[in-house]
Amino acid sequence: MSSQPPVPLPDAAVPPPGQTGVAEPTQEPDGGRRILHEMLTSSWLVSLLAIVLALILGGLLIAAADAEVQATASYFFSRPSDLISAAWTAVSEAYAALFAGAIYDPRAEELGRAVRPFTETLTVATPLILAGLGLGIGFRAGLFNIGAQGQIILGGIFAGYIGFTFDLPPFVHLLLCVFGAALGGALWAGIAGVLKARTGAHEVIVTIMLNNIAIYLVAYLLSLDAFQRPGSNNPVSPPIPDSASYPLLLGSGYRLHAGFLVAIAAAVFTWWLMERSTIGFRFRAVGSNPQAARTAGISVNATYVWVMLTAGAFAGLAGSAQVLGTEHVLTAGVAASYGFDAITVALLGRSKPLGTVLAGILFGALRAGGVVMQARTGTPIDIVLVVQSLIVLFIAAPPLVRSVFRLPSPDTPRAPKPVVPVAAKEVSA
Amino acid sequence: MKKIIRVAALGGAVALALAACGSAPEETEETTGGETAASVDFKACMVSDAGGFDDKSFNQSGFEGLTRAVEELGIEEAHVESASDTDYTPNIDGLVAENCDLIIGVGFLLEDPIQAAAEANPDVNFALVDSSFSDADFAPVTLENGKPILFDTAQAAYLAGYAAAATSTTGKVATFGGIQIPSVTIFMDGFADGVAKFNEDNGGSVQLLGWDKATQQGVFAGNFDSQDDGKNIGQSFIDQGADIIMPVAGPVGIGTASVAEAAGNVAIIGVDADWYETTEYGPIVMTSVMKEIGPAVFDTISEAVDGNFSSEAYVGTLENEGLGLAPWHDFESKVPADVVTKIDELKAQIISGEITVESDATPS
Repeated sequence: MSSQPPVPLPDAAVPPPGQTGVAEPTQEPDGGRRILHEMLTSSWLVSLLAIVLALILGGLLIAAADAEVQATASYFFSRPSDLISAAWTAVSEAYAALFAGAIYDPRAEELGRAVRPFTETLTVATPLILAGLGLGIGFRAGLFNIGAQGQIILGGIFAGYIGFTFDLPPFVHLLLCVFGAALGGALWAGIAGVLKARTGAHEVIVTIMLNNIAIYLVAYLLSLDAFQRPGSNNPVSPPIPDSASYPLLLGSGYRLHAGFLVAIAAAVFTWWLMERSTIGFRFRAVGSNPQAARTAGISVNATYVWVMLTAGAFAGLAGSAQVLGTEHVLTAGVAASYGFDAITVALLGRSKPLGTVLAGILFGALRAGGVVMQARTGTPIDIVLVVQSLIVLFIAAPPLVRSVFRLPSPDTPRAPKPVVPVAAKEVSA
Repeated sequence: MKKIIRVAALGGAVALALAACGSAPEETEETTGGETAASVDFKACMVSDAGGFDDKSFNQSGFEGLTRAVEELGIEEAHVESASDTDYTPNIDGLVAENCDLIIGVGFLLEDPIQAAAEANPDVNFALVDSSFSDADFAPVTLENGKPILFDTAQAAYLAGYAAAATSTTGKVATFGGIQIPSVTIFMDGFADGVAKFNEDNGGSVQLLGWDKATQQGVFAGNFDSQDDGKNIGQSFIDQGADIIMPVAGPVGIGTASVAEAAGNVAIIGVDADWYETTEYGPIVMTSVMKEIGPAVFDTISEAVDGNFSSEAYVGTLENEGLGLAPWHDFESKVPADVVTKIDELKAQIISGEITVESDATPS
């Protein structure tokens, strides 16, 4: 803890000296970029330990919320073993149920039923991976895009409308819906990209506001006859026909659909885009230093627009996974909180494709397992949300995790030692 | 550095293993001693909508019915809360896997998931609060193992509307909804008709703010959870001179009650449950339009336990006491005596069929 230099707040308003921060629309507060950099570069071990730490704290909460534990807590000092065993039972049963709901259910009678939980995990992971990949591209280009929620909703609206309105042959219909979803998400994110490029409006604020607009937009659309079922006033769209649905991968007993393959393909594409293509190189160059990128002849403003369009298209695909894959209807809540969870997924996955896929599967597992945990042990689903949030908290504060586990900081050799501030200046020069 | 990491990882693994070994016997003790056998071999289960079981509204009422069934019938239960619309299908699947005999979904948003589960699991019974089932062409359909639990709420709201119009001193009453859905607008339609009935009978001109039954347009918060929205909407009604407000928006209405209390001379009409009992704004609650979801859920469970589950829709009315107007409580002295008698008359007329309260949202 002591070896770490104080990190400035992400929204530090004053530009550091050395930057000519006058009429530069693409000016980024240095602190935000540093925090982003810090989160994306800290080691895998820190991520793993953050998850472990979050699960431990989650366990404490499960124990504290358990009625048996509360009852035994009243006579803790006369017989502490009761409390400990009650707490152990509560926590172990809850986490066993979480495992059974997410990976493999040992209680199931047939093999198909026993492995179904893992297919559920992959199903829930699909939109998280897709939206997380899009956000990751933005993060690596230095854009803190908070707008995946709105972009998923727009993707869902486009996919849904094309799906339930038109009557087309099977494969063409699905393709058109998926394309529409990507277009919807891209347009919504593109608004933020253009505003940033043209006016310098900060993408965090713009995307958050666009989320709200999207939420009310879908609520409004669902009050129109064109989006409602005939003969009903409920804000629920007609069901998506089979011709526009993602085919099920494992038959009707499982919800896993072809959207998962789209997510995997998207991850491979993202790897190619960011690591192998010229445009990806531009994204990364702008992300690591926009001034240098501009000097090198890269149009930073145009890059911002392209980054947002790409990120939005991925988030829009996440919306298609919801509307065409699992829900088969458009409702106001079709995006759940996936847009926000995906931010965590992207950060936990270091914004790299493989990391994002793994982080998406982890969060899918927590979600799918949380359902069974709630049904079997009565543990509130909120615990899962708390664990997710704790993971974000620890990921966002690598020094905290390192100090808890007494790990050395990877930046130590490069960071100026607080003890010898004068010498540090010479070293860094 | 790597060494330290390795040591830490090893230490962690050893600690975990030790913890597991040390506590294992305690766990087995617990499982053999703890569980008590249920006196009836029946498991009733419930899925909330995104509002959760603590919404002071219909999820909570439904859950009370389940709790009562556990206490009085000695059945087993399981309940799962949905955090979002995407949780419904996995939650219902989870309960099917838990071998529930009866699964109750609360809210119209669960229509499709409950229907799909009912068709896929013919040996499990299902019930659905606030919606009926429909087939692919959107025509109503009866499922062998699915029971809709519906309420003709307009009947009770009608009485509340009449009472509000008769009690208002400013000549203006108001209502607003959470989201424009049938189970909300049916309250507002009934309320509007009650106000109109008062005007017609007494040549009055009490004005209703927030809802126009003819055009089906009015004021909606757009959600069921923001108390701030409830405050803003409530304040704007008070500024326009309304002195009795019926918020049909779950917890949003609590915000309205708080500005009504601050205004001093404004009363609230509660919905779903008796707000005199369930909220902290008892003294300003004139009455409440009660939807007896709890008893309906209890009756459904009780029938299923006795082996008499039927797929016939339950429709709560004033007649079968699935609906009701809450007692006046602190407003006993403020509501004119002739109004109280008139309300009882109207109630009798609705029950006898002399008056029919109509709404686009009336369950068929």
